[in-house]
Formats: sequence, structure tokens, C-alpha cells
Amino acid sequence: MLDKVLLSDASLQEIDNELDKYPKDRRQSALLAALRIAQEEHNWLSDELIEYVAEVIGVPPVRAFEVATFYSMYDLKPVGRHKINVCTNISCMLRGCDQIVNYLQNKLGIGFGETTADGKFTLKEVECLAACAGAPMMQIGRDYYENLSPEKIDTILQALP
Amino acid sequence: MTTVTIEVDGKSLPAQAGEMLICVTDRNDIYIPRFCYHEKLSIAANCRMCLVEVENAPKPMPACATPVMDGMKVFTRSKYAQTAQQGTMEFLLINHPLDCPVCDQGGECPLQDQAMDYGSDDSRFLEKKRSLPSHDIGPLIATEMTRCIHCTRCVRFGEEVAGVVELGAPGRGEHMQIGTFLNRSIDSEVSGNMIDLCPVGALTSKPYRFAARSWELQNHPGISPHDCLGTNINIQTLRDQVERVLPIDNPEINQCWLADRDRYSYEAVNSEQRLTQPMIKDGRKWREVDWETAINHATAGITTVLNSGSGNDIGKGIGGLAAASSTLEEFYLLQKLIRNMGSDNVDHRLQQCDFRDDNIAPRFPASEIQIQHYNNLAAVLLVGSNIRKEQPLLALRLRDGCNKKGTKISAINPVDFDFNFDTVESDVAAGGQMVRSLATQAAHVAQIKSAELPFDIKKIADSNPGFEQTANNLVAAGENGLIIIGALAQQHTDASLLKAISQWICDTTGCKLAVLGCANSAAGWIAQCVPGDNGMNAGQMLGQNGSAGLRCFILLGTEPELDSIDGKSALATLNKAEFVVQISAFKSASVMKYADVLLPMAAFTESAGTYINCEGRIQNAKVAVTPKGEARPGWKILRVMGNFLELNGFEQITIDDVTEEINLTDITPSCRLVELQFHPTLSSGEKSTPDLMESDSLIRVVDMPMYRAEVTLRHARALQQTADNPPPAAGLNPATASRLQLNDGNRVKVQNQSGSATLELRTNDRLAENCVYVPAGFMETTDLGRHVRVTVKKIE
Repeated sequence: MLDKVLLSDASLQEIDNELDKYPKDRRQSALLAALRIAQEEHNWLSDELIEYVAEVIGVPPVRAFEVATFYSMYDLKPVGRHKINVCTNISCMLRGCDQIVNYLQNKLGIGFGETTADGKFTLKEVECLAACAGAPMMQIGRDYYENLSPEKIDTILQALP
Repeated sequence: MTTVTIEVDGKSLPAQAGEMLICVTDRNDIYIPRFCYHEKLSIAANCRMCLVEVENAPKPMPACATPVMDGMKVFTRSKYAQTAQQGTMEFLLINHPLDCPVCDQGGECPLQDQAMDYGSDDSRFLEKKRSLPSHDIGPLIATEMTRCIHCTRCVRFGEEVAGVVELGAPGRGEHMQIGTFLNRSIDSEVSGNMIDLCPVGALTSKPYRFAARSWELQNHPGISPHDCLGTNINIQTLRDQVERVLPIDNPEINQCWLADRDRYSYEAVNSEQRLTQPMIKDGRKWREVDWETAINHATAGITTVLNSGSGNDIGKGIGGLAAASSTLEEFYLLQKLIRNMGSDNVDHRLQQCDFRDDNIAPRFPASEIQIQHYNNLAAVLLVGSNIRKEQPLLALRLRDGCNKKGTKISAINPVDFDFNFDTVESDVAAGGQMVRSLATQAAHVAQIKSAELPFDIKKIADSNPGFEQTANNLVAAGENGLIIIGALAQQHTDASLLKAISQWICDTTGCKLAVLGCANSAAGWIAQCVPGDNGMNAGQMLGQNGSAGLRCFILLGTEPELDSIDGKSALATLNKAEFVVQISAFKSASVMKYADVLLPMAAFTESAGTYINCEGRIQNAKVAVTPKGEARPGWKILRVMGNFLELNGFEQITIDDVTEEINLTDITPSCRLVELQFHPTLSSGEKSTPDLMESDSLIRVVDMPMYRAEVTLRHARALQQTADNPPPAAGLNPATASRLQLNDGNRVKVQNQSGSATLELRTNDRLAENCVYVPAGFMETTDLGRHVRVTVKKIE
């Protein structure tokens, strides 16, 4: 029994659409997508939300928890309004991502995995996001920003609400 | 299946094509080391310990996940294989703390043993080991997760065997750790098996923690007395004290599993509440005495009652009641003692209230299908059975059959129990509705088989069809189908009718029948610890608040105020009786109020005895430890009482002398009534089972929770703390609760003709509507007696 409803009708409908992609007795397959949908609505996955998603899918909560803790793109702690994922993998490293990382950390006053006091930005270090041609790069929300320089970062961050 | 030949270490072996290499080597006593592989679990192949050399394979192959092929050449101890095994072992030990001296698993640890046999004597790992916090996951299992090697046996056991996914493996890579969601407790009724499965000391038994080292323990094979399976146990003792109980593998009964009830009940044996000295009541004060004084006091009291009777009435005022978990010999001697005194009032069925079919009863409650075939059924109908809590290991077999053979299981129960197998159809019906639901199925069967439906069934069957598939499934299954009469049906006020209708369905469809009696009840019947034609049954002896007029009771291992479904009347009867002899391993405040003599009895680990399971299988348990204090085996106490009462036939010297007296020939498990009789339901007076349609009153659903059903379990400390043993509460369907304007968590007064109980309300949508679930087995609910019609009011 779902005591509390933690997701909007739209999100639940989206999860239903995902469930339709798999055989009826393979509902667990939609777990990955369902957790993503839940995270998009709430910005991060609380324990309560993970358990709720598990109930929606019909699997034991620990199964959803395993998935949520396995993939680094799920956020299990609150994150800022904008999540900045900076790639530090080889291509970006060769193209000077260290400087970019330093600049971002100094500008925002936070380290990796931290959130600014105003709750606006979270900085995360990620592996290759498959945009090596535009290294160094970062991802904010769903958008890629490539060929970064300190000046460019200033403009990008300023433009964000 | 085609047979192939493979060669292992130069030996030519036959094998089934496609089976895994490790199965072949195990069968031929060639040992390959392993951690994650277990014959009862799926193959994970994640520990890599079973690597062997296979000719022409480009790399070492895991024996647990390598199917055999014709002509395959395998080397398990070649240099190549050994290097691979040593490498794996070195890797597994990277994070293992090697704290064997303080680890309970030390000495019986596959990791320790295999590190000696297959590991190298050195490690190249000089970095820091990772360590993990351990969490409290309940009263039964202690965790030390730093020791875990991530074989996932425990996780697979939960998912595949127990049917409850509680443990998982969150995290990735080095951060992966076995645990429960938010460190919740593990509540499965068979959770202790994870301890046996764990190949390291990550999961160990909490009650056994630091109690002994495995090599100091002595093993004593025994039989678990708690359900009708006769589970084989290994009672491990140190310095004459039971320290642990483990399963003994018996593929025909318990396989390698054990229910937590069988595993942890031994704690009661060492409990502080043990009665260790004979005691007699002088006026109102209790004092400890020696055996002779106690038995003299007991027999004097009994004789006084005997002598006050006259002529044919001599002895009629005496009644004997035995716990269902007593041994065959105890049952036998108790009934012999009672009968030799001229009484026929002897019984062990304290949880039953409908005895109308006693005169046509079969020899003992039984299962017509052997335990080992419970995995192979085509269709099952559970009638009033929460089999998962009543016979946990049978539920595991049904689950296995359901998953592998597609057993179609249906249930008619007052609660839609949370089974660990899928049900095809489940009718939530309490009281009279349960009888009606079953009768309706009989009507379906009659229709399908074009059989004539007996009028007595017809008049209660519902025109509303109810289930659609169950009858079809049973008919289709024929002799591969089974109807199980569970504890809730046997405790039902119309139990005799439920049994008769089930039997009619079985007769008509060819299905088999199983009446799964509680504990060692089969032995109780076979030893004739049931009333004869002139005797009173447990219900009559204890019923009507003592108006049956029994003046003297001999109680064997039972506390009727808690063991009986009608605790209130039992208590009133015993308080009213002139003389009560309690032969028990435990003392309690309520017993000390009504008893006049307390005779300390040996617990199940301390006494030899015979157990007969639902298949009619006779198993003997031997003594594992000396009885505590002055306690003596029940059979000896009864025999000496017989001597002191100067009765004939109490000259036995050993327990075998007692067993020999009992007729154990021709024990065919049949639970069919000798003659099919349909006892009328809804009879006059207080309706035996009121219908549910009247809206002003509610029907009480009574259940004996799994860890409250006998005195031993009530003293097992850890079991009492489990989630399966919540404090008594009043369960109510949310719809019924809202109709009565009650909410979850309210304090409510449940009242009926007998009395009342003040309980917390718990809404439960698995419960039938217009019912209140109030468990028996608690002093808090004793007052409600057996009256089923109750009211529930909120306490402001």
C-alpha cells in the first residue's frame, strides 16, 4: 500500500510508459528509468523516495537501493539547483581540465561533491562524457559546455537562473 | 539427458551433459574449494575460488559455472589450477580482517580452512584494509560486515529460498556492502539459515555469540518438537549446557534448513524461568522440597479427590492435559495414569474447540503426501493455514514447487496471509464465511465431476461462485493435488465441518488430504492421549469456567491459560479445581496461583523420547544434556507417580520399556474420517459460527502466534524479540475501522460475553472485513475467552 504519493501524475505516467517497454513479469527492468524520473522531479533521491519508487515498480526496497547506490549519476544527497559535472578524464586532462577545476572550485568556494551555501550549484567530478572533441568540457543539467576557459565559465554561470 | 564422460585429475567420470563441473566432482568426492556456490542456490560464480584447469581452455574456469562436455579434461590440483586458486584466495583476503581468534566462525570457517588448504602463505597486499560498520539487523543474527567476502549466498537465500528479499548488495566496487535497506531488521522466519550459509564470520548467531568455540562443542542428534515435521537437529553442548542448535541434513524432511523456531528455542532451556526444584504449596506459600515429599504431596492430593468419589464415579473428577510438544512416552504414561485411576478425561488438543468428529476420527492427524513430495504438487488448497508460520519448512517446499513446477496454490483464510509463494486465488473469509467458501468450492467440484453434492454441503454453499480456478485445478491435479487443513481450520468452531467438506472434495477429485497437527500431536493420538467414549476432551475439561466439575488436574508441560484458545475459562477452571499438579520445565506466576505441586520436568534437550511426524515417521531423540537442577524426564515423573499411587503397569525401567508397550504397528498416514459426517453448522444456542452479515457486532479471528504456541517458545528470549512476535494488538480492516470511526494506533477495548481486552488498534488490509484479529497466547487477551462475537470501542 502506498501511504503517501511522492511523485506527480506526470512522473507516474512516465514510469508506466517505461514499464510498458518490458514484459509484465519483468517490472524490475524499469527500475533504472523510474529512479531517473523520480530524481528529475525531486532533484535527488531520498531514502523515502527510493522506497516509494520500489513500491511503484513492485520490488523490495533493497533492490531499488542497490540500483540507486550503484550508479554515480543518482544523487543520494540533496544537490544544488544546477549540478555541474566536470570531466577529468584523459582528453579533458590533456586539454587543461585541472585549471578549469581550480577555477570552478575557487569561484564557487566548494570542492567536489559539495554544494554552495545558497543552494545554487553542486560540483561533481565525472568520467568521460563522450565529448572529447570539445575538451575540456562540463555538463550542467542536460546541457554540455565545451572548449571551456575561465572567461567562458563566468558567462555560462552568470546566465543560469 | 545424454550421458558424457569427462576426465578429472586422470579419473574418468560419467556425467550428465550440461551439468556443472562442480556437481560431478562433488558426487565423486573430488573436492574443489568454493564460497559462493551452494547446491540449493542459484549459480553466481562471483567468488572465483573454484577455478580449475580445463584442457584447451584459454584461462582457468570456474567449476561451478562450467558445463561439462564429452571428453573434457579437468585438472583440479595442477600447478596452473593451484596458482589460480591461490591468486583468488590472496584477493579475497585483501580486505578480510583475519580476526579469527575473536571470530565465532573460527574453527568452522570455510575461509579459514580453504586459506590453509588452497591459499599461499604470504600476501603482497600492504595497503590499508577497508573496514565497514556493522548494523543491528535483529535479535537473531549478529553481523561483522568487515569479514564479508561478498559471495551473496545470504542475498540469494532470501530471494530464492525464503522468498523475502531483505538483504541486498548496495554500492559498487570497493564500496559494495551486504546489508538491509536502511539497516532494517531481518524478519524472515527462516533467517537463521543465512548464518549456516555464510562461509565467513560476517553473519553469526547472536544468542550464541562468544558462548563457545566450535571445536569444544559436542554434537547430539535430536528432533525438534515444535512442528509436525520432526525436523532433525544437532544440539551442540559445552560443559552440559546447550549452546547452539544446527540442522542435520535430511533430504526427506528439512533438507539442510531449519526454521528459526527450531534453531533458537533452545534458549528457553537455559532460561531463568526454569523450574529446577520440586515445590509444594503450604496454604498460600510455596516452598522447595525434595522429590519424595513432592510426589507424596501430589499423590496424597490426588488420592483425596479419588477417595471422595464413589462407585463408578471414582476417578471421574480427574483430568489430564498434555502439551502437544510432549513425547510419545509422556503422552502414553499420562493417559495410562489417568485411565488407571478410572478416568477417561485426557487430552492434548488445547487449541481445538470443535470435537464433534472425535468418534469418527482417524488414528492421527497426518499428511497423506510425504514431506519430500510437497515440492512436486500440481495444485494445493490451503484451508485455514498460515503455513509459512505454522510449518515454515513446508512453506519453503511449496514455494520451491510453485517456482519450479508451477504448483497452483489457493487459500481460504481469515487473513490474506503474506505467503512466500504466489497464490492463484485467495479468499479472505473468517468464521462462517470460511465454511461457506469451502462448501462453494465443493459445489464447483461436484459440477465439474458431475458428482452429487451432499445436501449438507449444498445448503451452506454460496450461489455466488467465488473462486474460478481452484476447483478446476484440484480436479485437474487429481492425486497430485493436496488440501491442507491448517491450524486456523483446526481451531475453528466448525473444524469438523471444514475437515469433512475437504475430505469430500478429496474423495471426489482424488486429491490427497493433509491435516497438519501442531507439534507432536500425531504421537498424542497414537499414544491415545485423547479422551475415550466416556471421557471429556480438552474443551469440556476446561470449558464453561469449570462447570464440568473436574476437581483435580494433572498438567504436563502446558499452561492452559495461554495454550488454550479459551484461556479465560481454562484459568477459571484451574483456579476452581481443588488440586492441580503441574509437571513442567518452567514456572510462572499464573501457574503458581492455581497449582498445588510443581514437579520440575526435563526440557526437550534433556529427555529422550519418540516423535512421530505428519508422515507417521517415528524418530527417537536422545538426551543431549543433563536436566537442570532437580528436573527429571517427564516419563520418569509419571512412572513414579504411578508407583506412589500404587497403580498397575508402572514398572518400566528404561524409556524403551515404555515405548515397547505402545502399539506402533501399521502407522499409515491417513487423515480421512472413518465415516463422512457433516456436522451441522449454525446450530442452536450460541451459534457455533455466526455469520458475518450482522453489522453491529464483529467476529473475532483468533490465532496462536508462532512464538506463543507453547511454553518453551514463550521462554525463548531472542525469538520473543523478533518481528514475528509483536505485542498483542487488535487488527482491523481499514474499511471496518473507518466505519467504526477508529484509526490505526487508537487504544481500543475489545469486549465480548466473557470479558474484555484493552489493546492498540492496528489496521491491516489483509484482514477480512467485519473481523477483529486478536491473538491468543497472551495474558492480555486471555479474558476474551472463546466467544467470537465481539465489539470494539475506542478508549478516550
